[in-house]
Amino acid sequence: MDAVHDRLQRGYEAGFESLVESDTFPPGLDENVVRAISAKKGEPEWLLEYRLKAYRSWRLMTEPTWAHVNYTPVDYDGISYFSAPKQKPALKSLDEVDPELLRTYEKLGIPLREQEMLAGVVAVDAVFDSVSVVTTFKAKLRESGVIFCSFSEAVKEVPDLVRQYLGSVVPHTDNFFAALNAAVFSDGSFVYIPKGVRCPMELSTYFRINAKNTGQFERTLIIAEAGSYVSYLEGCTAPQRDENQLHAAVVELITMDDAQIKYSTVQNWYPGDAEGKGGIYNFVTKRGLCKGRNSKISWTQVETGSAITWKYPSCILQGDGSIGQFYSVALSSNLQQADTGTKMIHIGRDTTSTIVSKGISAMRGQQTYRGSVKILKGAENARNHTQCDSLLIGGQCRADTVPYIEVKNASAQVEHEATTSKISEDQLFYLQQRGLSAEDAVSLIVNGFCREVFRELPMEFAVEAQKLLEISLEGAVG
Amino acid sequence: MLTITNLAANAGDTPILKGLNLSVNPGEVHVIMGPNGAGKSTLSNILAGRPGYTVTGGTIDYDGQDLLELEAHERSRAGIFLAFQYPVEIPGVQNQYFLRTALNAHRKARGETPLNGADFLRLLKKKLALVKMDPELARREVNTGFSGGEKKRNEILQMAMLEPRLGLLDEIDSGLDIDALKAVADGVNALRSPERALIVITHYQRLLDYITPDYVHVLMDGRLVKSGGADLAKELEARGYDWVRQEVAAA
Repeated sequence: MDAVHDRLQRGYEAGFESLVESDTFPPGLDENVVRAISAKKGEPEWLLEYRLKAYRSWRLMTEPTWAHVNYTPVDYDGISYFSAPKQKPALKSLDEVDPELLRTYEKLGIPLREQEMLAGVVAVDAVFDSVSVVTTFKAKLRESGVIFCSFSEAVKEVPDLVRQYLGSVVPHTDNFFAALNAAVFSDGSFVYIPKGVRCPMELSTYFRINAKNTGQFERTLIIAEAGSYVSYLEGCTAPQRDENQLHAAVVELITMDDAQIKYSTVQNWYPGDAEGKGGIYNFVTKRGLCKGRNSKISWTQVETGSAITWKYPSCILQGDGSIGQFYSVALSSNLQQADTGTKMIHIGRDTTSTIVSKGISAMRGQQTYRGSVKILKGAENARNHTQCDSLLIGGQCRADTVPYIEVKNASAQVEHEATTSKISEDQLFYLQQRGLSAEDAVSLIVNGFCREVFRELPMEFAVEAQKLLEISLEGAVG
Repeated sequence: MLTITNLAANAGDTPILKGLNLSVNPGEVHVIMGPNGAGKSTLSNILAGRPGYTVTGGTIDYDGQDLLELEAHERSRAGIFLAFQYPVEIPGVQNQYFLRTALNAHRKARGETPLNGADFLRLLKKKLALVKMDPELARREVNTGFSGGEKKRNEILQMAMLEPRLGLLDEIDSGLDIDALKAVADGVNALRSPERALIVITHYQRLLDYITPDYVHVLMDGRLVKSGGADLAKELEARGYDWVRQEVAAA
C-alpha cells in the first residue's frame, strides 16, 4: 500500500506560472466593480441591469454552510473580479494571439491550432482567465447554422437569444453562488443548435485560472432547438497556486422537443498539496431543463481535482417523456473534500432519470454523494434508477451517501441501490500473482469500478479520463 | 528448478511449516496431500508471495535465485503461477482485458512487445480450445457470477495464457462435480510439458485418476514426512493418514 501512497504525492503536472500581462482589477466587489466589468465588455444596458439585479440579491443572501465540507471561508472582498490578458478583441487568426498565451495552452496540451483540431474533429473555445481568446471552427459550424462562441461574443451577435434564455434555468435568485456569478460572470461558452440539426462535431472548451486571487466565474448557455443534438466537452486544468481560488460557474442547458444535449466534463483543477494548502474551490451550479417532449439531457463527469467540490448537475424533466441522465466518477484523495451529486426533478408525464455515481475516496479524502429525486404530483409514470457506489482506498478516507427521495405520485417507480467497498487485499494479490504491479492492479480494479461511467464519455475524452484517473490514483486504490 | 530447504514459516503468528524440504525439476508433477491444517495452502501462498505469512527459517531457491527476495508480481513474471483455491471476483473488469493486461506485463518483463488486439484474440482462441473452455467466459467480468467449475476453469485458462514454468494448483478439484473435474484435469494435462513443473495440492485421490503424478508427498505437522509414487496416493485413500503418523512417530 505504501507504493500507492507514494505515487499520490507526485506533483500536480499542469502546475506552472504564465507570465502574461494581465489587466486585473484590484480586489473587492461593489456596484462599481459590476458596472466596470460590464463596461469593459461593452455590454448592452439590459445585461448591466441583469448583473446589478443579481448583485443586489447577492448582497442580501447568506452563504450556505450545509454542505459536508470544511474550508477556509472565502474573503469576497479580497479577490479580484476581473482579469484579462492585454489583447485586442476579435482576433482574426492565431497569429494575433499573445505567444505566451499560446505557449501556455501548448504546455497544457490544448490543441489550439486548427490543424490539430481538424485531426481530432473538435472545435475548441479556449478561455484564458476571464476573456475568451480564440474561437475556432466558427466558420464550419456556421455552415450548419450552429452557433458556438464565447458568451461575450454571443451577447454581441445574438443578444435576443441570450436575453431570452439567460437565467431561465438557473435564476439569479437560485443560490448564493449563482447570484454572485450572475453579477460578475466573466465569460464562458454559448451554443445554439437550430431545429433538426445534429451538430457535426463535438464541441469542447478548456479553462485555466492563472492570475493570483482571481475567481473564475464562467457562464455557459446551451440551447438545443427541436430535434437537434449536440455533444459538448468541458475539460479544465489550472496551475499550482498557494491561495485557494474560487470557481463559481453556472451552466444552463435547454432542450426543446426531441432534442438532446450530452454534456461531458473531465475536471482536473489543482487539488491542493498534501497538506491541503492551495487548490481550487469548485462551487458550480449546473442545470438542464428538458423543456420539450421526449428531450434528453445527459451529464457525464470525471472529477479528480479541486480542493473542495460542491456541485449537483441536475435535470428538470418538464417535457412529457423527457429523459435525464447523470454519470459520475469523483475522486477525493489527499485532503480533498467533495459534496456532490445530482437532482432529478420529474414534472411531466412518462419521464425517466438514471443516476450512476461512482465515488472513490483515498488517503484522507472525503466524499459525500448528495442526490435528490423529486417526483411531483403531475408526474405520471415517472421512472428513476439510482446506483451510487463508493470505493474506499486506505483506512483514513470517508464516503457518505445522502439520498433524498420525494415521491408525490403513486404511479412512480423509484429504485435506489448503493454499495460501499474497499479494494480487497485478495483482489490485489490475485492481480499481482498474475504479474501486475500493485499500482497497475489498483488501476485495473478502479477502471472496472468506473466502467459504467467511462462508457458514456465520448471516446477521446474516455481515454483522457482513464489516464487522468490513473495518475490521480497512483497509490490510492483500494 | 525449485529447491526448498528446511522451510519454516508462520501464517500470521502461528508456526505452520516446520522444516519442509522439497526439490522440483522441470517436467515433473508433484502432488502434495495431507490432513487439514498441515500447511498445504501455506506452502503455495508462501511460494507465490502472499502477504500475511512470515518465513522464519530455511531457503527457497528458484532457478538459482532466492525466491523470497522477489515480490509477488516479480515471481509471477519469473514464471510462477498459482491457481487459487478460491478465485476472487473482479467486477467491471472484462476477463479477456485482464488476461491481455497480465500477458503484456509478462511480455514487457521479458523485453517482448505487447500483443495487439488481433494477435491477442487469436492466441486466446487457441488457448480456449486447448482447455476446452466456453469463449463466453472470456467476455464476462473476471470470476463474477462464475460457478465453482467455471472459476477453476478460468484459473486453468490463465495458466494456459501465461505459460508458467512452475504451476501451483491449490486444490483445483475442490467443489467440482465429476464432469467439471474431468474438464479441469484435461486442461491441466494439456499444459504438461518437459519445461513445466506442477505442484498439485489436493485432498482426494480422484483427481489423480485423471492427472498422473510423478511424485506424491504427505505434508504433516509442517513437514513432508513421506514421499512416494502414484501408489502412495491410492494407499492414503484406502487407509487415511493415521498410519503415516504412526510410521513417522516410530521412526
